[in-house]
Amino acid sequence: MPEDLFNSFMNGPDENGRFGDFGGRFVSETLMPLILDLEAEYEKAKTDESFWAEMDHLWKHYVGRPSPLYHAERLTEHLGGAKIYLKRDELNHTGAHKINNVLGQILLARRMGKTRIIAETGAGQHGVATATVCAKFGLECIVYMGAHDVERQMPNVFRMRLLGAKVVPVTSGRGTLKDAMNDALRDWVTNVRDTFYCIGTVAGPHPYPAMVRDFQAIIGKETKEQMAEAEGRLPDTVIAAIGGGSNAMGLFFPFLDDKSVNIIGVEAGGKGVNAKMEHCASLTGGRPGVLHGNRTYLLQDDDGQILEGFSISAGLDYPGIGPEHSWLHEIGRAKYVSITDVEALEAFQLSCALEGIIPALEPCHALAHVMKIAPALPADHLLVMNMCGRGDKDIFTVAKALGVEVDAGG
Amino acid sequence: MTRIDAKFAELTAAGKKAFVAYIMAGDPDYDTSLQVVRGLPDAGVDVIELGLPFTDPMADGPTIQLAGQRALESGMTLKKTLAMAKAFREADDTTPIVLMGYYNPIYSHGVAAFLDDAKAAGIDGLIIVDLPPEEDSELCIPAQAAGLNFIRLATPTTDDKRLPKVLQNTSGFVYYVSITGITGAAEAEAGDVGPEVARIKAATDLPVIVGFGIKTPERSEAIAKISDGAVVGSAIVDLIGQGQSADDVLAFVRTLADGAHRA
Repeated sequence: MPEDLFNSFMNGPDENGRFGDFGGRFVSETLMPLILDLEAEYEKAKTDESFWAEMDHLWKHYVGRPSPLYHAERLTEHLGGAKIYLKRDELNHTGAHKINNVLGQILLARRMGKTRIIAETGAGQHGVATATVCAKFGLECIVYMGAHDVERQMPNVFRMRLLGAKVVPVTSGRGTLKDAMNDALRDWVTNVRDTFYCIGTVAGPHPYPAMVRDFQAIIGKETKEQMAEAEGRLPDTVIAAIGGGSNAMGLFFPFLDDKSVNIIGVEAGGKGVNAKMEHCASLTGGRPGVLHGNRTYLLQDDDGQILEGFSISAGLDYPGIGPEHSWLHEIGRAKYVSITDVEALEAFQLSCALEGIIPALEPCHALAHVMKIAPALPADHLLVMNMCGRGDKDIFTVAKALGVEVDAGG
Repeated sequence: MTRIDAKFAELTAAGKKAFVAYIMAGDPDYDTSLQVVRGLPDAGVDVIELGLPFTDPMADGPTIQLAGQRALESGMTLKKTLAMAKAFREADDTTPIVLMGYYNPIYSHGVAAFLDDAKAAGIDGLIIVDLPPEEDSELCIPAQAAGLNFIRLATPTTDDKRLPKVLQNTSGFVYYVSITGITGAAEAEAGDVGPEVARIKAATDLPVIVGFGIKTPERSEAIAKISDGAVVGSAIVDLIGQGQSADDVLAFVRTLADGAHRA
């Protein structure tokens, strides 16, 4: 037996949707039968070859997978240490990793006969991916987006509308990603018969964290194969940025049992992980709690009230994190660090200047950590960073942060 | 026997239906809210549902969301909510209080400490919206062991196969949510609710109380007629949100209670 299954890190979650103490099914009774149905349907699909054959076909011909594993030579040379590879998930159709998961969930929705798709979105990437796949399959699509995010991400709002989706600005609470998720859950509880809730990250009630991870694990599987081809061995370190944590979980999962591989998740440190909570680093600055259907690390006050996160990157602006990350953090299999807005902006500029890649602000957090650790590592240390999204959507935010005026009409 | 069990025994003996009123603790502030709670029994309320404010009330409509925000902005916390219950108990030792809310503030406080504090404050039962039977070991089982009722919601999606699981560790009463939706939404047809209540009653000896979407004395009466009682929340909270005085709010509550008691 090559692997000791009892000591594997890849067996979770258990039948109650738990990764250790994290995860679970903390939803109202109205939704409980729906998530049990979804779990049953996903369990069937998981072992159905025709389901995965359809996924593979769409991944290849519609998304453009496999995404390249690219040796970033000038970045490697500049940092003067570890050999740096970028997993190019920003080259996917719609410009981010989000579509990997959306395709899986929409195929499931079709199998379940659901005709109305709802989603939440922060920066708009998951909303755009969902609107895209719904357009392709002729499904009604409603995207909940915080009113504050609607304002700062107008190009993505227009993209979603072009793709036929209805974008609903959420004004409840403070109008951010967590409020959008609340309103999506309120929609689902109201429209139980025909509606499928397409969650964008590895959070929410079981089976979402496991299901989204399984759909995103294509990132890590490809990386493993591509690295074997390029270098004939496993990478030494894999690094990814984390908001909810789906791109990271997708990269990490296939490596969990490869004990030689260092796994590092990078949270958004905003203005710094301090007492003022001007960050989104749930693991480094939060504590366990229950929100949106799962137990996980959350930003919260002493009374258990949820706090708003703060980050320059709207996609990382969420007060929680996927429960599997909370578990990996507690057992120590993965290490979690945080990077500030300022550090992420430096990484943004370096990627543009040295590699000709305009990255999304989310993976810039991972790149900033690469910049910190790579110089001290030996030249034969193989480091993979997930470039999970492209930066077109962020150029106005970056311009503002750098004090540059950009005329969108020019 | 909890105050809830005693109250329902008393109502049954008198041939009366129950009227249950919900208000959010600390909305719009502690003092006004306590004044309303203290007046509820005289307005005809049989069971008080005291809302525990939470930043992310996923099963609630705009009315209760805003009430929670007002309460939190006025400085309300779990500790102050329990203090309010205790203050109410100084003058009333019989009207049951059910604490209704979401799990995180309780989990954050620590389950064992919460149960001690809730008992000491005179809380009789809990309705925790995001704890389905699948998570019974979290709070439901420890609460029952501590002598608190754990009241479960049954909904139109709770089919016959699932109903026994929902009823298994429920005590006090069963709260039937008459619609698929959030609090304060459109009202259900009494004609649709009747058979559902009968279905639940066939599976349990506990009283079955119906809520969600009841806004008028007429509806309160119609729903109470086909069940063991009616719950009204958003319609009362709306008046508090409009800034009406405690007396005006209580006068409206009396009309709703009278409706249920006519049934």
